[in-house]
Amino acid sequence: MTALLTIIVLVFITIAIWQMVKIFDLANANKENSQIATDKDNQVNGYLMLGFLAFIYIITIVCIVKWGDLPLLSNSASEHGPKVDNLMIISFALLFFVQTVTQFLLYYFAFKYKGEKGKKAVFYADNDKLEFIWTIIPTIVLAGLIIYGLFTWSDIMFIEEDEDTIVIELYAQQFNWKARYAGEDNVLGKANVRLINLDNANILGVDESDPYAQDDIITTELHLPVGRPVLFKMRSQDVLHSAYMPHFRAQMNCVPGMITQFGFTPTVTTTNMRLTSQMIDKVANINRIRTEKSKALIAKGEEALERYEFDYLLLCNKICGKSHYNMQMKIIVESQEDYDAWISEQKLFKNSLVQN
Amino acid sequence: MSAHADTLDHDDHGHHHKETFVTKYIFSQDHKMIAKQYLITGTIMGVIGVIMSLMIRMQIAWPEEPNVIFEALLGKWAPGGVMDADIYLALVTIHGTIMVFFVLTAGLSGTFSNLLIPLQIGARDMASGFLNMLSYWMFFLSSVIMILSLFVEAGPAAAGWTIYPPLSALPMAQGGSGMGMTLWLVSMAIFIASSLLGSLNYIVTVINLRTKGMSMTRLPLTIWAFLVTAIIGVVSFPVLLSAALLLIMDRTFGTSFFLSDIFIQGEVLHYQGGSPVLFEHLFWFLGHPEVYIVILPAMGIVSEIIATNSRKPIFGYRAMVAAILAIAFLSTIVWGHHMFVSGMNPFLGSVFTFTTLLIAIPSAIKAFNWITTIWKGNLQLNPAMLFSIGLVSTFITGGLTGIILGDSALDINVHDTYFVIAHFHLVMGISALYGMFAGIYHWFPKMFKRMLNKNLGYIHFWITAICAYGVFFPMHFIGMAGLPRRYYTNSNFPLFDDLQNVNVVITIFAIIGGIAQLVFLWNFFYSIFYGKKTVQNPWRSNTLEWTAPIKHIHGNWEGEIPHVHRWAYDYSKPGHDEDFVPQNIPLKEGEEELQH
Repeated sequence: MTALLTIIVLVFITIAIWQMVKIFDLANANKENSQIATDKDNQVNGYLMLGFLAFIYIITIVCIVKWGDLPLLSNSASEHGPKVDNLMIISFALLFFVQTVTQFLLYYFAFKYKGEKGKKAVFYADNDKLEFIWTIIPTIVLAGLIIYGLFTWSDIMFIEEDEDTIVIELYAQQFNWKARYAGEDNVLGKANVRLINLDNANILGVDESDPYAQDDIITTELHLPVGRPVLFKMRSQDVLHSAYMPHFRAQMNCVPGMITQFGFTPTVTTTNMRLTSQMIDKVANINRIRTEKSKALIAKGEEALERYEFDYLLLCNKICGKSHYNMQMKIIVESQEDYDAWISEQKLFKNSLVQN
Repeated sequence: MSAHADTLDHDDHGHHHKETFVTKYIFSQDHKMIAKQYLITGTIMGVIGVIMSLMIRMQIAWPEEPNVIFEALLGKWAPGGVMDADIYLALVTIHGTIMVFFVLTAGLSGTFSNLLIPLQIGARDMASGFLNMLSYWMFFLSSVIMILSLFVEAGPAAAGWTIYPPLSALPMAQGGSGMGMTLWLVSMAIFIASSLLGSLNYIVTVINLRTKGMSMTRLPLTIWAFLVTAIIGVVSFPVLLSAALLLIMDRTFGTSFFLSDIFIQGEVLHYQGGSPVLFEHLFWFLGHPEVYIVILPAMGIVSEIIATNSRKPIFGYRAMVAAILAIAFLSTIVWGHHMFVSGMNPFLGSVFTFTTLLIAIPSAIKAFNWITTIWKGNLQLNPAMLFSIGLVSTFITGGLTGIILGDSALDINVHDTYFVIAHFHLVMGISALYGMFAGIYHWFPKMFKRMLNKNLGYIHFWITAICAYGVFFPMHFIGMAGLPRRYYTNSNFPLFDDLQNVNVVITIFAIIGGIAQLVFLWNFFYSIFYGKKTVQNPWRSNTLEWTAPIKHIHGNWEGEIPHVHRWAYDYSKPGHDEDFVPQNIPLKEGEEELQH
């Protein structure tokens, strides 16, 4: 309904604009009508250029003030997170500087040099020195960014596995996620979709004869002990999916037919993340919005929304079909003790199979 | 004299063949008519693409509410006005395909390359009028097939415009991957053939048919841009064609180029040994150059319009040409930046980060040179000029965020979020559209012998400009909050509840911006028939097309083709009374030509 009303209002606005143009046209009827900009047009549009410059600055400021509290720029929950955030902040600072200056020059010149009859432009076709300067400056700045970026990238992507690393398989299918822990031996059993056997509940196609597979653990929630490096081995059984864990600055596609990998070390437990001031504000704000929505829902006779509590999430971030928008898994980062307690309660692979 | 003989020959030619309605308006081989055909087909496709984008935006802003517009336009796909999740993905897919290929490739490049190449280089027509006609009609056919695919029983293609397999290859993965995807692939294969025929024609024409005196260094920047665009197209489009053909084979004949180890709907498929990553490589080998195929012609158009309306020579002509060439070369070696998290070797990621960020250098040169061209000009703020300034502005805003996305370490986090949507819509979508609008406002008199109404043009520009920023600027922020693209609704993620009001703001801007395009459509179609009649050279421009008679004649010029004596940018040159000196005016005694 809101949508419809909005549209009706907009249609009226359009009609109003249309009428204004007509009046404008009529007022000009007897004057010159070449459809080429006159001094007056240049004047009006010149000032509008300044106005538009102001609009760009205002929308920038409004966006930063209202929505600038960006979860992807701060409060990262992995070891490499702050490095990425740093690079992001430096890049953004640079972008804002260049954006502000160049937009100013563009629109200010458009205003300042608006045309007048009888004025003549300056014949100025070339200046090698000037062009050299604005070739070399971006080159130097970009070289810096590239080098910084490449070091960060190598840091994240070239993972050195050590004894402390936990190996976990992330398994994607339309439209849910599963996790397979390597168990005591910290080695994942072999697996292939051709070994999937729905009759005995071997849903991930784990090789039942592989000794390494026996102690594997398959879960629908991802628990990670804080401070321990995790190496994810990713598989997909049907189409492309992408394992996106924004709070950990982590993402990797899951590709049928190959195993991809990504690793990070979680640094903040779920409980501690909930207690950060930024998160408390964010959650309070979300709950305020949900309460308001609930009121409307109750008025319509529907159920109210649940209260929101923060949890880390794994989202699917590669278009994968109808329910792509609801393919998620909860991630819980906890202390080593809690993690050990949780994992000891889970069923081992060999015990999870249904015996016929 | 050979030139004279050439003229006579053409006059005879004109007398012998009486043109019928069919040969003049439908199966025309005249580049001016073909340009108009491209423009009008592109405009119609554009309207369809924009309506789709508005439906997408309304769905994102008000996901739970029934919407009469959905019910009216989508029929069985929106029972009771609630959009189906599959059709949402289909809308996203077809919107992308139509806008990138049918509007901004064929509609933009097809229109202006066809119109301007012969007229600006001083040629009677394209090198091959027949191939040119064939190119348009194949484009028309592919448009028809693409539109028809919307009415397939199981729905149109819905795997995203990048159609990554296996989703696009397996009908059981998604309704749209059946007949809908087959039609999509057939349509695109024909489209590519059309594009190749067109591009070859443009290249041959520019190389061979320039009039006397039109050396490469005297070419207007429009022609440089069209030429290089055509070369990129010829280099990269065949790779997409081969990808499409291999995908068709995987779908139809059971080959395994892109598929391996798949278990879906309770059964294992026989595919073995292929890789979806291979498809991604092939797709983006075209897909990335494609964005330059879209933006370079717009840049060429804008360079020309900014110089003309600033009454100043374009600043740094040589650097502008070099930048076009550099962008073209680099565009073919950066495709991997779309695949940083695809699972390819991280070392490749490093290489592609390096090459990608290099593109910022020629882009920066272009932006600075445009700004310097405006500096100390005598700006005639015609609607075409406004859109050109708009392009420089959105190209800067959109281009800058490319520095984030091209940096592999940062891309991990914002890949496939709304940050990407905001980036590419500004830098190639809006910018190229501005270039197209600028071109239409500027060359409408050449095409239709009449002028567009300038006041409607001003209103069109200012509303569009405000809405473009209103839509895409806040979008960066929801992207930076981690909101993934292509989600039918975000209501399953309370985490994103606080972004919903931003989405509503964006949608309202989008609707206003969409409606503002009606102002343009009205102006366009009304002025074709009732606009004010144009004068010979309304913008007081230097290029050759304005020396051709207003009335369209076969062969473009009566009598001899004008010879060229100078570059295209002698605006406000000291020693001349007028502030422009057309290219066909010989140098005065003692006048020096700028060396380029």
